[in-house]
Amino acid sequence: MAAKFEPKLIGFLCNWCSYAGADLAGVSRYQYPANLRIVRVMCSGRMEPSLILEMFIQGADGVLIGGCHPGDCHYLEGNYQAERKVKMTKKLVKRAGLEPERLRLEWISAAEGERFAETIRDFTKQLKEMGPSPVSGDAPDIDKLMVLFAAKNAAKDFRLKLLVSRELGLVEEGNVYDEKIPQKEMDDLLESAIGYEMARCSIIFSIRDKALSVEELSERLDLPTDKVLQHIVTLRDRGLVILDRIEEDTPLYLAQEEGIK
Amino acid sequence: MNDDKVGAVLVIGGGIAGMQSSLDLADSGFKVYLLEKSPTIGGAMSQLDKTFPTNDCAMCIMAPKLVETGRHQNIKLITNADLDQVEGEAGYFKVTISKHSRRVDETKCTGCGICTQRCPVEVPDDYNRGFKLRKAIYVKYPQAVPSVYAIDKDICIGCGVCSEVCGAGAVTYDQTEEKTQLDVGSIIITPGFEEFDLTKKRKEYGYGKYLNVVSSLELERMLSATGPYGGMVLRPSDGKVSKKMAFIQCVGSRDRSIGNPYCSSVCCMFAIKEAVIAQEHNPGQEATIFFMDIRAFGKEFDDYYIRAEKEHGIRFVKNNRISSIAENPKTNNLIITYISDGELVTEEFDLVTLAVGMTAPKDAKTLSEKLGVDLNEYNFCSTDILFSPLETSHPGIFVGGAFGAPKDIPDSVSEASGAAAKASSIIASERGKLVTVKEYPSEREVSDKEPRIGVFVCHCGINIGGVVDVPNVVEYAKVLPNVAYAENNLYTCSQDTQQKIKEKIEEHGLNRVIVASCTPRTHQPLFQNTVAEAGLNPYLFEMANIRDQCSWVHMREPEKATEKARDLVRMAVTKARLNSPLPKVPIEVKPSALIVGGGISGMTAALELSKQGYETFIVEREDELGGLMKRIHYELMGEEKDIQKKLKEMVKNIDSDEKIHTFTNSTVKDVSGYVGNFKTVIDHNGEDKEIDHGIVIVTTGGQEYKPSEYLYNKNENVLTQLEFEEKLAKEGKVDANTIVMIQCVGSRTEERPYCSRVCCTEAMKNSLKIKEMKPDANVYMIYKDIRTYGFSEIFYEEAARNGIKFIRYDDESKPKVSDKKGLEVKIMEPFLGEEILIKPDLLILSAATIPHPDNTDLAQMLKVPLSKHRFFLEAHMKLRPVEFATEGIFLCGLAHSPKFFEECIAQASAAVSRAATILSKDKIFVEGTVSSVNEEKCTGCGTCEMVCPYGAIRVDMEELKAKVAEVLCKGCGTCGAACPEKAIEIAHFTDMQLLSQAIAALKEGST
Repeated sequence: MAAKFEPKLIGFLCNWCSYAGADLAGVSRYQYPANLRIVRVMCSGRMEPSLILEMFIQGADGVLIGGCHPGDCHYLEGNYQAERKVKMTKKLVKRAGLEPERLRLEWISAAEGERFAETIRDFTKQLKEMGPSPVSGDAPDIDKLMVLFAAKNAAKDFRLKLLVSRELGLVEEGNVYDEKIPQKEMDDLLESAIGYEMARCSIIFSIRDKALSVEELSERLDLPTDKVLQHIVTLRDRGLVILDRIEEDTPLYLAQEEGIK
Repeated sequence: MNDDKVGAVLVIGGGIAGMQSSLDLADSGFKVYLLEKSPTIGGAMSQLDKTFPTNDCAMCIMAPKLVETGRHQNIKLITNADLDQVEGEAGYFKVTISKHSRRVDETKCTGCGICTQRCPVEVPDDYNRGFKLRKAIYVKYPQAVPSVYAIDKDICIGCGVCSEVCGAGAVTYDQTEEKTQLDVGSIIITPGFEEFDLTKKRKEYGYGKYLNVVSSLELERMLSATGPYGGMVLRPSDGKVSKKMAFIQCVGSRDRSIGNPYCSSVCCMFAIKEAVIAQEHNPGQEATIFFMDIRAFGKEFDDYYIRAEKEHGIRFVKNNRISSIAENPKTNNLIITYISDGELVTEEFDLVTLAVGMTAPKDAKTLSEKLGVDLNEYNFCSTDILFSPLETSHPGIFVGGAFGAPKDIPDSVSEASGAAAKASSIIASERGKLVTVKEYPSEREVSDKEPRIGVFVCHCGINIGGVVDVPNVVEYAKVLPNVAYAENNLYTCSQDTQQKIKEKIEEHGLNRVIVASCTPRTHQPLFQNTVAEAGLNPYLFEMANIRDQCSWVHMREPEKATEKARDLVRMAVTKARLNSPLPKVPIEVKPSALIVGGGISGMTAALELSKQGYETFIVEREDELGGLMKRIHYELMGEEKDIQKKLKEMVKNIDSDEKIHTFTNSTVKDVSGYVGNFKTVIDHNGEDKEIDHGIVIVTTGGQEYKPSEYLYNKNENVLTQLEFEEKLAKEGKVDANTIVMIQCVGSRTEERPYCSRVCCTEAMKNSLKIKEMKPDANVYMIYKDIRTYGFSEIFYEEAARNGIKFIRYDDESKPKVSDKKGLEVKIMEPFLGEEILIKPDLLILSAATIPHPDNTDLAQMLKVPLSKHRFFLEAHMKLRPVEFATEGIFLCGLAHSPKFFEECIAQASAAVSRAATILSKDKIFVEGTVSSVNEEKCTGCGTCEMVCPYGAIRVDMEELKAKVAEVLCKGCGTCGAACPEKAIEIAHFTDMQLLSQAIAALKEGST
């Protein structure tokens, strides 16, 4: 019989609320499963999507981000920033073929030791039911891992970082024209940016050691050829992809080193 | 008062109160002499296992204070010593002290303990209540400060072995008593309390006769991880684990027959805590508490009481005082007879704990004679309780803690801080004259060196070692990359271990240090200071939390806990390798305070701050000062019983004080800035006004609940206690013949499960007033528990003597009030077992004290937390009762929780004392964990500026590069996470540090 599955759970907890809540769980001796490893950060706003995605790449079965309750953030609004970022990260996780429920954002205060323990019990139970992450363990799903890499790189990209960091300000406070961007519009914009950037990062991965044509890429990535070509143009503009050679009538493209992080 | 004032204070008694007074004074510019009778400071708190209502481990939370007191450069510990004589007056006392011989040289002893191992003489150890033996040469407890042994001359046989084995040559048999003379400006007395002598109850309860009858302090030692039984509750008669224990409350308290009619205030919570902890240590443990009233009157105490009953199944049996205990001679079980549902019931228990009362310290009389301070009739220190709870009868001498009246730790800590404020205000002109500034050795250069990491793994008694295989973790740490040294310690936080860490840094050339123990939130500063003393930048220190987040939460999975502890140490090692030294940024401090709320607490704080020499701005929502005090007219205790007269006097003092600026009709609109440099915008009569100040004290106060029950607002003869008091004061007479008071209206309910603390005593006050004005009036008090704690119990006695009739109710048998045929109250009389009908002329409701509605907005503006009942939540319920976790913001009075005048005054003084530790400095230093911009990568896009809520990072429009204002930066890291160019690093939480630490958690070989 296979050993019972013990999910690997990593938690990034803010110093002021969630970490203190975890301490209170300790002081109050609320027992919870030993699957969680905690990294202390000063604020949940410190979390960035690429860091979270890296955790899945490294084999985490679940990631918990813990922050202060809305309005309670020790740093005023870091938790609201975290909320936006986690929302976007969930989209990236989903596109990579992982269940977005593997990523949780929880508001846990310094007075909620019991809730902290209950959250960990519940999250661990949920992960046990879900089974291992497709990319964790000894035999990760390489295809999904590749997409996850792409997702991580997309998350590191200027465009997504800029959009997600400014989302709160643009939607809640207004832009340079003193207009508030409707949430729906912002969601659509992010969604399309995520799709584009992930596709671009996937393209870069596919041509990191071997030059390929638009058609080959289209087949491999399940994308229409015209879209692939459009992305190749953008990536060439960004200096991340070069034309390697032309075989017969077919141009073959190769990724530049700085595109592969 | 003397003109030649001295900037030093003598503190007498080194328990938690004495330590708090000493630390406050020493941190605000005064030299402190801390005099302790016994060879070790720490007092009663050091003997406790856990503390209510948070179940914090007493030693864990006290250890940092012990160590800090022990090594503070401006606190001189004088242990094993007694006060001889005091001359002089406030401002300048000449004090003579006799330091008894330890027969061990304090300057040479390293505390290694080899002497104790070899000493052939054994004697019952009083610290462990005789359940354990100690040697003739000993320390009281492992974390003792100072960590210096002492010879007990009474039992030492003079064999000479300790001197022979002592490597340090510290044993000096011929050491004699030393007389020391000190000049001090003021004196604080914090000698604590003595346990009631239970042998006086030998006849009734068989204490000292039946082996399985123990005191609550004895049970506490059993429960303690460091105690005789390693945390197990064993029957002294046969060493078997107790399965069914009972507690008998009020032994030596509320008992005029033995001369202690007062309530000892802490025993109810103490017993509940012990029952809960006993059950935690021994699942299935049955515990029954026999009580007269459960007095869970403190902040969140009732929540704890409810949890003990509902979740832990602790059985609470309300009874008259249990008259006697018998023993079953065969089993040594104890037989208790009590009344249940009107029947006499006999039940057997295998262990009985007597909730021992507090009495005045043994040497109270000699102390009072030497100091010239008065005692009350129970030998506690006499004060004008109401308005000067911290002042003794002798000017310049102040009191704090249980010596004033029986009280718990947070109240003792508040009073101790308050007494420090009082003691320093009379010598404020001498601030800074006798102190020395701490100098650290220059920092070692480490950037060019390969990391050499030292790992210190703590057993924490059995707190960690009882679950996690500590030696295994140490062996594991030794082979991790860059680890040059690893060891385990019984208590890594103890003073001798600090010394050891410094030695190991030197010996092994360590340039990174990791302590694997408890939470960095409480213990990091202590260890950072230790490494700084060894010349390492504090940021080269790292912690692994293998207790709060490992051994304590995986108690039933020791293997997994050990594996997790190894992982946590590996993670810390990974991070420590990447740690680099960070500078501390100095910031200027504005020596002024903003006080939000002008009630008794705010007014007291303002007057005390002014005495300390600091400017104050009071912001009051209403058009005059006074708050709830405006509604109180008379009191039971204190010299000045006319409250309104006192209020006028206070307001006059404030108005005539140049340093105090009062803004009535004002509210806080916005708060910005940080400790030392706050900027607050207030709305003053409709106009914005900006105030610059260094600290904030929150004194928003509370309100009386407007009942929705018992026909309040529907029948004009139904009033709240405050309304009734106002009516009495106005009319000067009582018209009603029959009066009913209902207690706990809006308190201890499902919606508001807390106790409002003051209502029982207020009801006694008003009922006694009725009897005074109209002796033949019938007064009924319908109550859940009478909570007249401390000396207020005397008024309960008096009320009963004056014919007030008391009827108990609970949630199932609430009184029913109707007014169809005149006002009628129906209530189940539990002793008669039937419902009775009362037709009162007046129904008075003891309405709850509720938090001020402003709390929610103010908490958000200040970014400080509220408790679940919407009072403000302090940094730590036990040891930091008047401050928030955010530096420079303090709280006191009803903003904290419901309380009496004298408690508000003590807390307000305490807040001032804590504030003075900041205001007394020209500069304080902010942490080095700030963000920094790599200008080569920065494109000036401004995303960081958008996300920073502090305006601490802005794009310079000329250079088009982001610049960080380090003083404003709080180090949250949001800008770093947002920067699209990865141009911002957050010191101590860099991408690399977080990532490697997290990856180390997931992959064993990844370091």
